[in-house]
Amino acid sequence: MKIVVCIKQVPDTKGGVKFKPDGTLDRGAMLAIMNPDDKAGLEAALRLKDQYGAEVTVLTMGLPKAEAVLREAFAMGADKGILVTDRVLGGADTWATSSTIAGAIRNLEYDLIITGRQAIDGDTAQVGPQISEHLGLPVISYAEEIKVDEKAKTVEVKRQFEDRYHIVKAKMPCLITALSELNEPRYMTPGGIFDAFEKEVTVWGRADLKDVDDSNLGLKGSPTQIAKASDKVKKGQGEKVALDSAEEAVEYLMGKLVEKHIV
Amino acid sequence: MSLEEYKGVFIFAQQVDNELSNIALELLGKAKNLAEDLDEKKVTAVLLGSGVKGLADKLAEYGADRVILVDDPALKDYRTEPYTHALASVIDEFKPEILLVGATAIGRDLGPRVSSRVHTGLTADCTSLDIGDFPLNPAPGQEQKHKQLLMTRPAFGGNTIATIACPDFRPQMATVRPGVMQKIDPIKGAKAEVVEFNPGFVENNCYTEIVKIVKEASSVADIQAAKILVSGGRGVGSAENFKLLDDLAEALNGTVSCSRAVVDSGWKPKDLQVGQTGKTVRPALYFAIGISGAIQHVAGMEESDIIIAINKDENAPIFDVADYGVVGDLNKILPVLTKQIKEALAEK
Repeated sequence: MKIVVCIKQVPDTKGGVKFKPDGTLDRGAMLAIMNPDDKAGLEAALRLKDQYGAEVTVLTMGLPKAEAVLREAFAMGADKGILVTDRVLGGADTWATSSTIAGAIRNLEYDLIITGRQAIDGDTAQVGPQISEHLGLPVISYAEEIKVDEKAKTVEVKRQFEDRYHIVKAKMPCLITALSELNEPRYMTPGGIFDAFEKEVTVWGRADLKDVDDSNLGLKGSPTQIAKASDKVKKGQGEKVALDSAEEAVEYLMGKLVEKHIV
Repeated sequence: MSLEEYKGVFIFAQQVDNELSNIALELLGKAKNLAEDLDEKKVTAVLLGSGVKGLADKLAEYGADRVILVDDPALKDYRTEPYTHALASVIDEFKPEILLVGATAIGRDLGPRVSSRVHTGLTADCTSLDIGDFPLNPAPGQEQKHKQLLMTRPAFGGNTIATIACPDFRPQMATVRPGVMQKIDPIKGAKAEVVEFNPGFVENNCYTEIVKIVKEASSVADIQAAKILVSGGRGVGSAENFKLLDDLAEALNGTVSCSRAVVDSGWKPKDLQVGQTGKTVRPALYFAIGISGAIQHVAGMEESDIIIAINKDENAPIFDVADYGVVGDLNKILPVLTKQIKEALAEK
């Protein structure tokens, strides 16, 4: 079985956010980690590898420094790593991103594609389903459990909704988007870390993408455009009181509740 | 594509088990606002399902002028492929200028798949929608387009806000976060024009099979519908200690909700969680009790009319968004507060 896992290097959102003058994100200026949902997707793939001996290829699109998440994936146990990087691919929205990744995946053999549900920078959850559409594959989003029937070439997935779950069966090849609830990702092993720096990362550019038109790539190929982006403006601070006793605090609060006609 | 051919505001009227989801009604409320600013004032609801025609009247009462109905056994329970086929076919046939979809577990699967199929942009998880110019200000060498859908959304875990347009493709598509847009007061007896449309459904490799559906019966209150929320965080200390919040909520006829830390500790179910990874709420009154106020939590409650915070840490960020903040011990304050509220209400 061959599995492709799409992973993304994301800025750690706890570290603060920076923009370029044109309103797009300045990813180069922020701390970078492997996106948590993607890591759960990778772990799911590695468990299938443990079980069935699958070959796991990790693929990422980004700046050259995104190679770091491929190395991390090697250290966890991934077999092959592909970095898709090219200036003309920059500034892509989810349509252009998914077109790019689909163009890369068309070069590969696969039974299963796993992506994270969403990345913590964009929070869109769109790229996984959009890749599946470009490749004409079934998609199962929000996966909490994955079972594979190698003989029948099917997967059975526990698909989460707000008030229920479905057990969904799909034919392979198919695409699954993983929730971070899916599992607890393994740590890198010392041997794995050693291997990680021996292994070769395959680097692909625009010319290596299959069956994609230039008009679907990068900033120019993005149907959505940013009108304005900014740090969030905080709501004006209200009153804050530190009173000596609970009774005084209650008196203060009761005053406000009466003033606002709640009591 | 000729952009001028695309007219009118459409919403995806999500139903589950032949019951309209709240988000469908919220989207209708917003769609009515948007339509007033456009040339084509009609609001269309797209209703997909099996045996769901009866829901058209309710959609009319909440603002739909027209309901496009795709009724087919293939649409009984949500599956990505037949729903995508149905909605994409409706777009091809009826050419909406704007299409709004709920940012639900269904909509966040259906929206991207449909937008890819019809080749248009999709903006995720919007919290505000307006009609305006793009670019916002005239720029040399770039045509400024008028009456565009401007879609505003938080990103980076709530650290940033972006406004996004889709000037060269139609429909302009957005998924919209539940609990943010306002429904209208229902117009009793309102009727919509019902247009039945069936694009035909042929199974292909993308069809999935639903082996089993397991409903996780929710015994908890709907925190998005509550007018008063009494919300607790890690500072409450234990599941047992939530009794103090239960009592306060009961006295005010409100509902208890919580922060992510509380769900992670197993003190309360996920359904009660407010915030970026929980629900967005905008009650008339929000009590934040023992909640530090991480940005992910604030993103889910800052639109509340009045925010009261009680926290023993005077530097807790929750005080930055609270209208009234009290630095103090919730264990001492809450019992007295609950008692006084009860007495005050009893006097009335």
